[in-house]
Amino acid sequence: MTSRLDYEIIAELINPNARVLDLGCGTGELLCLLKKRKNVHGAGIEIDEQAIHQSIEKGLTVVHGDVDTELLDYSSKRFDYVILYESLQQVLHPEKVILESLRVGKKVIVGIPNFCHINGRFQVFFRGNVPITKELPDQWYDTPNLRFLSIKDFQSFCNRHKIKIEKKRALSRNQEIVFWPNLFAHVGIFVLSKN
Amino acid sequence: MIKNLGIVETKQITCFEPPNHLTLKSGLTLGPITIAYETYGKLNSDKSNAILICHALSGDAHAAGLHKNDKKPGWWDNMIGPGKAFDTDKYFIICSNVLGGCKGTTGPSSINPDTKKPYGLSFPVVTIKDMVVVQKTLIDYLNIQKLHAVAGGSMGGMQVLKWSILYPKMINSAIVIATNTGHTAQQIAFHEVGRQAIMTDPNWNNGNYYDKKPPSTGIGLARMVGHITYMSDESMGKKFGRQLINKQRVGFDFSQDFQVESYLKYRGDTFVQRFDANSYLYISKALDYFNLSEEKSLEEVFQNVKSSFLVITFTSDWLYPTHQLKSMIKALKINDIDVSSCEIKSSYGHDSFLIEIDGQSDLIRNFLRKTTK
Repeated sequence: MTSRLDYEIIAELINPNARVLDLGCGTGELLCLLKKRKNVHGAGIEIDEQAIHQSIEKGLTVVHGDVDTELLDYSSKRFDYVILYESLQQVLHPEKVILESLRVGKKVIVGIPNFCHINGRFQVFFRGNVPITKELPDQWYDTPNLRFLSIKDFQSFCNRHKIKIEKKRALSRNQEIVFWPNLFAHVGIFVLSKN
Repeated sequence: MIKNLGIVETKQITCFEPPNHLTLKSGLTLGPITIAYETYGKLNSDKSNAILICHALSGDAHAAGLHKNDKKPGWWDNMIGPGKAFDTDKYFIICSNVLGGCKGTTGPSSINPDTKKPYGLSFPVVTIKDMVVVQKTLIDYLNIQKLHAVAGGSMGGMQVLKWSILYPKMINSAIVIATNTGHTAQQIAFHEVGRQAIMTDPNWNNGNYYDKKPPSTGIGLARMVGHITYMSDESMGKKFGRQLINKQRVGFDFSQDFQVESYLKYRGDTFVQRFDANSYLYISKALDYFNLSEEKSLEEVFQNVKSSFLVITFTSDWLYPTHQLKSMIKALKINDIDVSSCEIKSSYGHDSFLIEIDGQSDLIRNFLRKTTK
């Protein structure tokens, strides 16, 4: 497995032996890494059948279903962390999913693609196109993304809902971004909690 | 290359002999009880590699391999054998005929030792729980303290669920395929049509037909209805469409026109030869009585369950559709039980669990590996 800085950052943010629920776990790479690095007890939810086969092949526990509905089944504070990585922009009701995640998990780790990266802004400003970049390669008509947001948008969302951002990290192509993340980062990672 | 099991044979034990007997869920008693079973592979020295396979309504103990002088292998032969999903190079596989069956385990066609005649309708009504209690007796006889897994589809899946609840410490993992936690009105309705077909056949004679002509028309019809529920609109469409039987145009009479008609008739006719009509009544009744949440909520029912679960369903299975197991998965999640689930895309309807081998094999093989301690 090639090392991915984003996965490594998430592994850093998580305490050892934690109980983790990965929403939209895909083929289970992140969960697998967290098991190896932090010995987490994890489960995933995934909608795609082939991805489930691959997750189960990795020895993971995965439930086949929709994040929006499957999340409702868990009792409160059942997990130490609920992870929404690269999946939030694809769920139908992100607001509901974040709030439910904060109910089910003591902490929630959210990773979002930053649609206001400088490359994208250039494309909007000079070319008048909706941005197509290496990180966001899909055309408007075939993108799996339902929501388009920036790191700043996400922070204002948290303020509005009185969600505490405990930690935030940002990165661009395997490099961590410290300055002006909303301009220079492709991905923002947040650790959230709510009383 | 995938090898096969080769020649296998059915064995039998008899238990609950006087003065013992089995007290059934109905309160009635039964004994002695003969259990027909087959085993494949080798039990390891610490007896930790045993897997019990539970069969569906018309199944039997002959799950895999060939019987001597037989051309057709057991009903799950594509899943059980060396290198297959239930790998007999690694696991010791056990499958037994259910209580009430007609393939070697005591059922209505067995001889009642008190009267020296077949039980017929004097056989007590049995339930899924009773079937599981009898299987447990077999596992005890084989001197196995803990099963690595219990697995089954359809009625087999119901037995798996009952195992996990009745004997939580005895099973490591549960593989539940294409089933439900309780029969719905629609599922009961289809069974009732089958039972009425049998019981209105004059040859049924209140279940006393063992020395006469059996109710072939009735059980044939029951099987035809059953078979429709095991397929899907798509699989029937693909297999038969509107194809006619050896004719260019419809006959404008009431002879058989369409291939699907002759196929169902053929299914019904061949079933008569291998299945006892009374057993069909008893087993279909056991399915209809099955309801895990009759006294407690599913959450409470699964409270003491210890095993890991793998739940498999199929997209085109309209007899036991995926959504009916959602409440069970929820109950497992709430009880903090390790549960994985997968709805496999398949067009074969309920029969997918017997046909859709690749997808199921992947999931089961990897799940069994994960739960091997």
